[in-house]
Amino acid sequence: MAQAVTAPGAVAKRRSVKSIYPTWFYLPAGLLYVVLFALPTFASFYFAFTRWSLQDVEFTGWENFVTFFSEPQLRTGFINTFVYGFVTSGAKVVLGLALAVLLTSQLIGRGYLRSVVFFPVLVSAIGVGITFKVLMDPFDGLINESLSALGITGPAWLTDPQWALMSVALIDVWKGVGIATLIYIAGLAAIPQEYYEAAKVDGAGGWKAFRSITLPLVRPATATVILLSLIGGLRSFDLIWATTRGGPGFTSDVIASVIYKQYQAGFYGLSTAGNVVLFLVVTAIVVPISTLLNRREVER
Amino acid sequence: MVVGNRRRQLAVAVAASAALGLAACSGGGGGDGDSVEITFLTQTGGTGPEWAEALIEAFNEEHPEITVTLNTQPGGTEGDNLVKTKLATGEMEDVFTYNSGSLFQAINPDQNLVPLTDEEWADTLIESMVAVVSTDNGIYGAPTGASQAGGILYNIPIYEELGLEVPTSWDDFMANNQAIADAGHTPVIQTYGDTWTSQLFVLGDFANVAAQDPDWAEEYTSNNRRYVDQPALQGFLNQQEVYEAGFFNENFASALFDDGVRMVATGEGAHYPILTGATSTIAQNFPDNLGDVGFFPLPAQDAADTRATIWLPNAAYIPSTTEGEELEAAKLFVAFINSPEGCRLQTEFNVPAGPFATSLCELPSDVPRATQDLQTWVDDELAGPALEFLSPIKGPNLENITVQVGSGISTAEEGAALYDDDVVKQAQQLGLEGW
Repeated sequence: MAQAVTAPGAVAKRRSVKSIYPTWFYLPAGLLYVVLFALPTFASFYFAFTRWSLQDVEFTGWENFVTFFSEPQLRTGFINTFVYGFVTSGAKVVLGLALAVLLTSQLIGRGYLRSVVFFPVLVSAIGVGITFKVLMDPFDGLINESLSALGITGPAWLTDPQWALMSVALIDVWKGVGIATLIYIAGLAAIPQEYYEAAKVDGAGGWKAFRSITLPLVRPATATVILLSLIGGLRSFDLIWATTRGGPGFTSDVIASVIYKQYQAGFYGLSTAGNVVLFLVVTAIVVPISTLLNRREVER
Repeated sequence: MVVGNRRRQLAVAVAASAALGLAACSGGGGGDGDSVEITFLTQTGGTGPEWAEALIEAFNEEHPEITVTLNTQPGGTEGDNLVKTKLATGEMEDVFTYNSGSLFQAINPDQNLVPLTDEEWADTLIESMVAVVSTDNGIYGAPTGASQAGGILYNIPIYEELGLEVPTSWDDFMANNQAIADAGHTPVIQTYGDTWTSQLFVLGDFANVAAQDPDWAEEYTSNNRRYVDQPALQGFLNQQEVYEAGFFNENFASALFDDGVRMVATGEGAHYPILTGATSTIAQNFPDNLGDVGFFPLPAQDAADTRATIWLPNAAYIPSTTEGEELEAAKLFVAFINSPEGCRLQTEFNVPAGPFATSLCELPSDVPRATQDLQTWVDDELAGPALEFLSPIKGPNLENITVQVGSGISTAEEGAALYDDDVVKQAQQLGLEGW
């Protein structure tokens, strides 16, 4: 309630600096913000310190955080989260740029081909996950049957502890590369053709032009792709849950799936503490990267 | 437990939600004095929704003034979560089915449920059933089916072909496995695509543990027993041993429960450690093979300790948010579940996989072979309840831990130690003494 009262006040103060709207104009959005975002956020910081059954709350101090960090799955979960985040992000940058270069060239049916790359983005992650679970079945799956037709014995993909996480990452890249490609296509289109013509006159080959003109000039697009896919990768959950549920055992667990399992088990306080930790971790990784990438951009 | 035919479940769920939509449209005015509307929640999976529809239809013939609307939700851990959330927010249906035992204790019965101790059916429950649906304040649930056992379903034709005897000690069991493997069959079926099925080596061994240490469950609840110590560790060790011997089916990591049922019913595999409730699925999908599947308990190391581990049935409960004439109607509906017609429907939709938990229902004479096998263990008093019916503690991660042990990712000792850590959270959340 306290926040609800102070929020319009704070808004009024800002208005006195310089605002083109009257105070009442901010009220509906401000109210929504407080009720739907501010209050739950503060409440979650409180509940993270309690043992909570949705009906009874018992304050337990730092105990949830101690328990959370002593969770045996959490070490795997942390490592997997980073591996997953960085692998998918890196692959999307490389593949996205390559596809964008291909799709900005003079191709027949370019518009259609571009939309084909983007289609997987539009499908729900759960649907993609279930489909790939069938495709990646070690014995009757289409992928391994095709491989064995070529004389290759495919791995057990989602059910092999060595492969499970990378298999999900592979699906994630297939599903998400369309966004990266789209951003890169926009970035490439913004590079003036004159640079390429001048380079050609100076005798630069295709590879040289790509390295010295394209790569530096699509940096803003690269920054966006890295940030978006890294944030997405670090908090990724739906695809992992639909394909492996963190298994076999705990081998493909990420922080988000550990938290979800705690929530399922009814450890509401503990899982809230986990979410607070996840929030801090993602912030701690993304903020420096974001400043770094944006600063270089300005310097240039 | 997830048992059954997906496509039919889906059809039923669609039908149920369509009916729901219609009810929502027509129910706008509602409550014209004489008629009462109540809702009934049951879990999808197996024959649950079909049974519930038939039950409602039969109930309506006797009580045309009461309209019952069926809602369904998934079972398993996802369902646990939904049930807890619905109870906490007061959104629970007027009658719902849910597990008895430790999961029942975890939904805070004294606060969330209506005591049904004064109902006529309440004093017909067998003693072990009373214990798992009641607190100090009374009985809260009516059983919604027969009990079942967790043990090994085996393929009788393979046993006959190789001239094997039903094993009662672990060494006999492993010797049988070797003979079966030598003959070119799959000795033991595992289906980790449905992770819950991986727990049977541990959970189904509990009556053997209790035979060696009768106070184990009680001491466990007060934090004086551990899975890292014998005799409880043996379940984990057994699972590791069978994995390392290479006795599992090739696709154990991805196979599903339905695959396992098919394999044991049709002789693709010899032993399937599972709940005997799986016979309902055999009856549905492979009715001709029902007589080919027998049951024996998971053998203890010493044959003298071998017992059948019994799972008591789920029960129907009424949440404390149901009041007034809805409460009266809900009580009538709960009582109807174990009426003569209700008992008939229970056996019609679920092949009884073990004895009933109330004297109101009786087993038909033509129960499947596996149920007859189980009955002899129960009659000889060589049976005991599973741990989840004796202690409120059950860690949420056991199924992932047993997948690890059963896939060689971790050893039995590591798995047991992980599980001991896992249950601490549950015990603390329940506010038990000594944790």
